Amino acid sequence: MKSPETVTLTINDQEVTVPSGTTILDAAKKLNIKIPTLCHLDLHNMKFVNQTSSCRVCMVEEEGWDKMLAACSTRCRNGMRIRTDTIKVIRTRRLMVELLLSNHPTDCLICSKNGNCDLQALAAEIGVTRIDYPGYRSHHEMDTSSFSLVRNMDKCVLCKRCETMCNDVQTVGALTDIGRGFDTVVGTLFGMPMHETTCTFCGQCVAVCPTAALTEVDNISQVWEALDSDKIVVVQTAPAVRVALGEVFGMEPGTNVTGKMVTALRRMGFDKVYDTNFAADVTVMEEAAELVDRINGEGRLPILTSCCPSWVKFIEHQFGDMLDIPSSAKSPHEIFGSLAKTYLADKIGAKPEDIVVVSVMPCVAKKYESKRPELGQGDYSDVDIVITTRELGRMLKDLGLDFANLPEEEFDELMGVASGAGDIFGSTGGVIEAALRTAYEWLTGKPLEKIDFHELRGLSGIKEATVEINGVKHKIACANGLGNAREVLRRIRSGEANYTAIEIMACPGGCIAGGGQPYHHGDDSIIRKRMEAIYESDRHKKIRQSHKNPQVIKLYEEFLGAPHSEKTKKLLHTKYVWRQKM
Amino acid sequence: MYNQLRSWQTEYRQEFDKRMAVREDVEVSELGYRLTDSFYAKQYRIALRNSGIIDPLKIEDYIALDGYKALADLLENQIPQADVVAEISESLLRGRGGAGFPTGRKWAEALKHDAEHKFIICNADEGDPGAYMDRNILETDPHCVLEGMAIAGYAVGADFGYIYVRAEYPVAVKRLKIAIAQAEERGLLGKNIMGSDFSFHIELRLGAGAFVCGEGTAMMESIEGRRGLPRVKKYRTAHKGLFGYPTIINNVETLANVHMIMLKGAKWFRSIGTEKSPGTKVFALVGKVANAGLVEVPMGTPLREVVYDIGGGCKDGKELKAVQTGGPSGGCIPTSLIDTTLDFESLAAIGSIMGSGGMVIMDNDDCMVDIARFFMEFTVDESCGKCTPCRIGNKRILEMLERIIAGMGEPRDLRYLKLICETVRDTSLCGLGQSAPNPVLSTMKYFANEYEAHVKEKICPAHVCKGLAQYIILDSCIGCGKCKRNCPVSCITGEIKEKHVIDHDACIKCGACEAACPVHAIEKR
Ligand SMILES: Cc1cc2nc3c(=O)[nH]c(=O)nc-3n(C[C@H](O)[C@H](O)[C@H](O)COP(=O)(O)O)c2cc1C
Repeated sequence: MKSPETVTLTINDQEVTVPSGTTILDAAKKLNIKIPTLCHLDLHNMKFVNQTSSCRVCMVEEEGWDKMLAACSTRCRNGMRIRTDTIKVIRTRRLMVELLLSNHPTDCLICSKNGNCDLQALAAEIGVTRIDYPGYRSHHEMDTSSFSLVRNMDKCVLCKRCETMCNDVQTVGALTDIGRGFDTVVGTLFGMPMHETTCTFCGQCVAVCPTAALTEVDNISQVWEALDSDKIVVVQTAPAVRVALGEVFGMEPGTNVTGKMVTALRRMGFDKVYDTNFAADVTVMEEAAELVDRINGEGRLPILTSCCPSWVKFIEHQFGDMLDIPSSAKSPHEIFGSLAKTYLADKIGAKPEDIVVVSVMPCVAKKYESKRPELGQGDYSDVDIVITTRELGRMLKDLGLDFANLPEEEFDELMGVASGAGDIFGSTGGVIEAALRTAYEWLTGKPLEKIDFHELRGLSGIKEATVEINGVKHKIACANGLGNAREVLRRIRSGEANYTAIEIMACPGGCIAGGGQPYHHGDDSIIRKRMEAIYESDRHKKIRQSHKNPQVIKLYEEFLGAPHSEKTKKLLHTKYVWRQKM
Repeated sequence: MYNQLRSWQTEYRQEFDKRMAVREDVEVSELGYRLTDSFYAKQYRIALRNSGIIDPLKIEDYIALDGYKALADLLENQIPQADVVAEISESLLRGRGGAGFPTGRKWAEALKHDAEHKFIICNADEGDPGAYMDRNILETDPHCVLEGMAIAGYAVGADFGYIYVRAEYPVAVKRLKIAIAQAEERGLLGKNIMGSDFSFHIELRLGAGAFVCGEGTAMMESIEGRRGLPRVKKYRTAHKGLFGYPTIINNVETLANVHMIMLKGAKWFRSIGTEKSPGTKVFALVGKVANAGLVEVPMGTPLREVVYDIGGGCKDGKELKAVQTGGPSGGCIPTSLIDTTLDFESLAAIGSIMGSGGMVIMDNDDCMVDIARFFMEFTVDESCGKCTPCRIGNKRILEMLERIIAGMGEPRDLRYLKLICETVRDTSLCGLGQSAPNPVLSTMKYFANEYEAHVKEKICPAHVCKGLAQYIILDSCIGCGKCKRNCPVSCITGEIKEKHVIDHDACIKCGACEAACPVHAIEKR
């Protein structure tokens, strides 16, 4: 029996015809009828749809029935008569929110999600002013074991968005609910501390958590303390930060605020304000050189990019036998850190110990990455403190800066200029495109006619392109989201696909949608706008290839020598560890 | 093969009849043999027909009483699948697992969808406290369930069956394993059953004892290897169920009826019970009843007959107060409705349910608020925690009941209690939450005065709730003053040689006075 293509129903007496399979929630949207939701989250561009229907906030009435329907997951049927405007619907919604609040801490005023919490917004929207059903509140031990994430399950509303993200989209499987009844809580396998699990710290769970149950580790006070000390404090900002930071101050998503951000960082008191995009150019030099070496027979193909620490941890856990394929190049901010404590230290006559490197990243995994013991020299780490875009936003607010009206300044000399290739690191597809722009010219000795690799851009999960180099067709792939990464790795392992180079980013969309970015609250058009801003910046650059960046050329001439040489291998490359699967 | 089965039947029947002839507690009946004790006289046993009669470890006994004949008839005569489904549909057999969904309709849906595989799941998770009919069937007559599953498999084209059985039923598990092995050995189950081209395999899956795993979607999650949580149904189970294939989930007792319906026909089945609910239902009669046990009676039997004629009324001649049916999510029926008939519709009409057939008898020593609390405690413990109303709402209901029982209830509580109960009922994700408030709603409906007494007068009429207990000084008080001297909070007053009085507001209910009274003139109520 074939189901008819469309169904017609009424919602609050208004007729609406929708494709069959449409939920009541979406049908109501067509009629501009808003049904408040909490657990529901639909980011279908990222293949993330949380439809657990567990919060029961969106319950609506079907005329003639006592039993109510969850609008977010019930599909429309012909002839349905739905009501969203009855006293029963309103009372039910209020009761559900009240029940959730009755088991939720009331420290909203001093909560890190204050003003950013979906539960708080919902309670305000429907005007909850008292709780008629107070009672026992559950209490769980906070998990502060990791460098990236804090789990405060007292604030969990069991929407399961994090589980859907971790298990279905990212296929990491670090989260599962444990316990029963009132004591049910989202936990880890065997209740292990987060730090000991297979969690990759991508932070996508944080990005979708409606409350402060999952948040980043807050490193703000360490930054203030460093700024207050006698040390030389150097800051770098990742490419994705500048196209999202404005959102914190109410600016249009996708506004590029590089100049204002630089001014703000100077006013905060940083001694040097540098650009991770510069380090991205250096990364390209190293990765492209490695790619050239591998194409020329030294080592194994494909080569996988290694800028994303979350992805690196993923392969270490899940594909421990394939650790010879990622590039050994450190990620850009680590490369920056390493150079800051050697190259920059030489230039300004300081000791590495006297320099504090602060990274502003769209990412919470970078916090963990900076603590990896192999990422440093001797006693010191390449990077000392990592804060997210959100944390920087909070610091600037704290400082009382009128961000939107700040003048625009330039990054400091030496490590502050980037090519367009460095800029696009922030988006999925950007790293591999940047690497190709350089590797092509090195391999062929000819200038690249078409700089833009449009096939590798956009939000699809797995993208492919073919590039002809010296008469050989090379297949290039790019995956964003760890579920897609797993699929690409599976293809490689099974020999199904024959790739030369692959870029992988753990977060769906790449760093612009990282776990440390301002909350998108389910609006994925924000991510697209950030992406457009990144490519816009590249388009306007005069120099769009890393190996043509004058500051990069100077760095190699004066300090590093050749890319992928003994010196760079010591300073700019790293190694990986086979980790347990469980 | 079919002749082989027939010759086994003849041979084993002779031997079986000989054994029965020497037993004094059995007699020949329409369906084989029946037990003669007066407890059984008023029962009509289909699902339990062999219980206590055959040896569950011997497939020979089951075959002697026409076992596997229904399946063999289908295979030998190559009866079209649709005819089998039609027979079950016509019989109007309804699910005995609780919801009473027409079994034929489920089967028809599963038959309709073409698929590479289809599954039959026998729901033997029996989680209701006090219910043990499924366990009894599995332990005393495992083959009838296996045959029921195989017939279901034949009817819809399934090749695989799972029995999801509680791990707490080790005897049932053991006997099922033996039964499956015996049937496979004789070619009555497994590959190419009795030489036909129909194959049907049955495997056991052990449930770890979570009540919610008895719910169909949670059960499938569990069989698929995930945590047993109810899932949002996008498709009917009979369309896309286990591993995405058409699946039938039937209760043990439902399947135990199938073999007889196939042998004796839908018409016969419909001649028993009521028009809308034909057949019989097994009840687990427990509580303050004189004769407790499993009772199988035709649907539509008045509750009175089960309680008094079979159950023998309350123990120790006490007065019946209420009958709770339907397990933890059922309702309490007051004595005034004792003439209600036992069928899906009549029970639902008075705010209770058939459920899986739990039946708890209560007398005047039972406090209905406390009973409601007891059942709520069970569901709060067993909630899977997935949806808000069941996870938090039921907890709040329980807390309110606890407050009321402790004497801390406020008059507004009753209104709020009813509202939250109705909301949890109408909004929960699965049947567990939807039915959890039933015991509260039904007792509030029929025993409203008891709730009021707890909340307003702060007394428990049944003298069950400790927090509301009162110490009373009787007229036989001799005025010795011992109680007064022993009271730690000095709440007893009275002149020597006169009757003393307790200030109930100040009393902490420690019982020191009662213990001190030399003439037993102080009573706890
Ligand atoms: C919380 C919950 C627990 C259940 N437990 C059982 C059970 O223990 N046994 C059972 O047969 N059905 C149980 N059911 C009913 C099943 O979901 C399902 O309706 C039944 O197994 C279908 O079989 P039937 O149509 O033969 O009754 C339960 C339902 C709910 C909501």
